[in-house]
Amino acid sequence: MSESFEPVIVGFLCNWCSYRAADLAGTARIHYAPNMRPIRVMCSARVEPQFVIKALREGADGVMIAGCHPGECHYVDGNIKALRRYELLKRMLRQWGVEEERVQLVWAAASEGIVLAAAVDRMTEELRALGPLRWGETVISGNGHEQALEEAPAAEEA
Amino acid sequence: MDEKVGVYVCHCGTNIAGTVDVEEVATWSGEQPNVAVARDYKFMCSSLGQELVEQDIKELGLTRVVVAACSPHMHEKTFRGACERAGLNPYLFEMANIREFDSWVTDDREAATHKAKSLIKGAIERVVHHQPLEPLPVEINPNTLVVGGGIAGISAALELADGGFHVYLVEREPSIGGHMAQLDKTFPTLDCSACILTPRMFDVGQHPNITLLSYSEVEKVDGYVGDFTATVRKKARYVNEELCTGCGICVEKCPQSVVDDVFEAGLGQRKVVYTPFPQAVPNYPVIDRENCIYFQRGKCKACEIFCPTEAIDFEQQDELIEIEVGCIILATGYDPFDARRIARYGYGQMANVFTSLEFERMVNAAGPTEGRIVLRDGETQPESIAIIHCVGSRDQNYNEYCSKVCCMYSLKFAHLVHERLPNAEVYNFYIDIRSAGKRYEEFYQRVLAEGANLIRGRAAEVTDVARLPDEEGKLIVQAEDTLIGQQRRIPVDMVVLSIGIQARHDATEVAQIFGLGCDFDGFFIERHPKLDPVFTMTEGISIVGTCQGPMDIPDSVAQGAAAAARVMSMITQGTVMMEPVRASINADQCSGCRICNNLCPYNAIVFHEDDEVSEVITALCQGCGSCVAACPSGAITGAHFTDEQLISQVVGVLWDVRQPELVPAEEG
Ligand SMILES: Cc1cc2nc3c(=O)[nH]c(=O)nc-3n(C[C@H](O)[C@H](O)[C@H](O)COP(=O)(O)OP(=O)(O)OC[C@H]3O[C@@H](n4cnc5c(N)ncnc54)[C@H](O)[C@@H]3O)c2cc1C
Ligand code: FES
Repeated sequence: MSESFEPVIVGFLCNWCSYRAADLAGTARIHYAPNMRPIRVMCSARVEPQFVIKALREGADGVMIAGCHPGECHYVDGNIKALRRYELLKRMLRQWGVEEERVQLVWAAASEGIVLAAAVDRMTEELRALGPLRWGETVISGNGHEQALEEAPAAEEA
Repeated sequence: MDEKVGVYVCHCGTNIAGTVDVEEVATWSGEQPNVAVARDYKFMCSSLGQELVEQDIKELGLTRVVVAACSPHMHEKTFRGACERAGLNPYLFEMANIREFDSWVTDDREAATHKAKSLIKGAIERVVHHQPLEPLPVEINPNTLVVGGGIAGISAALELADGGFHVYLVEREPSIGGHMAQLDKTFPTLDCSACILTPRMFDVGQHPNITLLSYSEVEKVDGYVGDFTATVRKKARYVNEELCTGCGICVEKCPQSVVDDVFEAGLGQRKVVYTPFPQAVPNYPVIDRENCIYFQRGKCKACEIFCPTEAIDFEQQDELIEIEVGCIILATGYDPFDARRIARYGYGQMANVFTSLEFERMVNAAGPTEGRIVLRDGETQPESIAIIHCVGSRDQNYNEYCSKVCCMYSLKFAHLVHERLPNAEVYNFYIDIRSAGKRYEEFYQRVLAEGANLIRGRAAEVTDVARLPDEEGKLIVQAEDTLIGQQRRIPVDMVVLSIGIQARHDATEVAQIFGLGCDFDGFFIERHPKLDPVFTMTEGISIVGTCQGPMDIPDSVAQGAAAAARVMSMITQGTVMMEPVRASINADQCSGCRICNNLCPYNAIVFHEDDEVSEVITALCQGCGSCVAACPSGAITGAHFTDEQLISQVVGVLWDVRQPELVPAEEG
């Protein structure tokens, strides 16, 4: 992994909390890593697994899904639906050999610019350490799959 | 796909141009497929900036517009307006947020310029898939529901009713009035609370435009702005309101008394058939079923026997009432902090530790002690009183926030003690004095001049274990006086705990009924903390008074009136325009699996048994997209957030890292 590696993160931000948190981070001039490229959705529940997979396949090194805190979703419990979907998606990605850190779910209230900024910084650091995703090698040629088998045979049985 | 996209890159003075190379970004944008023109300009939101867009739409025949500037929450409306004026459907527009999301969050010019390109590329790729949409007009029912009859709710209800609009005021307790009805004097003017409140309560009771539903609660809310249906449970009072004259004979004759934890804050008693206080509105009593001898043991009926108008009705049942309204104002108020949670202050263990609400009732001439300041025995006058500020507030273990009113009412108490017991010593233990408000600081100075002893330091504990002879039989307040840097032990006869304001214990459930959000502390969340403090994210629902956060009476009144004005402006417009961000189901593609039916938080999806397909009721849909994401057949489209639009945006923002066509590697 070369030193100059800068990961690219696609961020799905819900309109009501996390997008506003990111707005607030800007208004408050909180500096954080410029590696996340945000996309607005109305609610974290709108994020389909295929969007995440598409982003990773198209060259993103990681995807962040950000929503309101549990209990604070503008649409009652959309974020809980997102959470369930996220757990399933993670399992699938694990089987493909995609590291857990590459897809993260974050809660940030509209008042929490600092939380969102910190999450982006943290994720950027983690991905810098992991290096580029290289979807072609990891997933398509199945290397990652074998690696996953070796590392976690128990998970495969379950 | 041949679209003519116009891209406009805003400098925002130096806000963007200081970090992003806007000329470079504009030039680069101009080279992207589908882009017909790309410009940069000092202030896109200015009228000249908007005219630039309008002109290009007309002269160059643009079919799509992208403005790269600030957050869409700031200026999306502005630029949609410009498109519309030039004859372009406003939804054929997309904003790239290169200020809040980019130039303001990094100093790295190269990275910021690169990120701006990515965000713009995402917007260009997205906007070509936009479809023209029409906002949905919704008619506004001119009736309004106000929930909670404290001073905030009363203020909102009266403004609306005086403006000629009908109000349903739903109050949980037997009477309206809220906490203000319990208070004695109000800071800083020392007006008698009841004297200024009861005329307003009376107005509510008499107003031809107000339907007062007391002893009632909202159980369910269906619908959306303009057309809500609320189901209200009117609890059985066991008193027939048509027949009752409010004479009070039943109360007099009732043989059973219980401690009144609500209105008298535990300091006094009430009968089992009761009106909370003499000026209650409405003035009909209720029978407290749990404590009533007849309901518990099957005999007594003293009230029924003596009632001159035969208004007592033990057979009465709860009633469910449906009301239809266009807007809802929530004014459910606060709960006082439970002083028992801080054991070291000894409330509930040491008799002469009181809460501030008890003290309000005590100094109130209409209260249990008729205004006499006395110890728990009901007789002895204290010679010294300690008032401990910030109980449960500004404390990481309880509530971190400042309750805003406690400093002022604690100073008010010091004044009232001096007034009633001129020889008593008063000690106020405070962290800081917060007296921000009109004439509040002057009031503080006045109380200081009257001789109150202010000790700066959070009280560590209240104990009755004496160490020195003069502490015998006293309560001792221990605190570090941070001004002199010394521990002090002050022996007193009475301790008053200035408990803070917190969210209602049931705020989360209430929030769920109305589809609102609560913050960490349980207070309802306003739409914008500065620019829109009374509306919520749920269209048509406002929050006023202390259910939104700690505040005093003048602020609660102002919020009530502000929400009423907003509601009146909606009613007089007749209709509101809603964002057409809605889901719809393609019946041909729907497999009838019904997965979406239960996912919808608004019950907006119905299933047609005959055709075995689901359908979205547009009027109920709020556009979250849960169903769109979940549909296994891909039969549901979320307008303005379609799969195609979002995926194109994903591909767009990844323009620089996109992988070449992936070819599966040879098996090795
Ligand atoms: C000890 C003390 C002294 C104070 N002294 C002063 C003072 O001197 N000056 C001053 O300006 N402020 C003072 N305050 C603050 C003042 O009490 C509040 O600012 C004010 O009462 C807030 O009014 P409200 O209408 O928001 O809430 P509340 O008074 O709490 O009213 C809310 C109403 O809603 C009803 N309700 C709640 N939930 C529901 C539901 N689900 N359905 C239907 N109805 C419901 C309640 O029964 C209540 O009637 C004091 C506070 C305390 C604790
Ligand atoms: S609106 Fe933010 S997660 Fe649902």
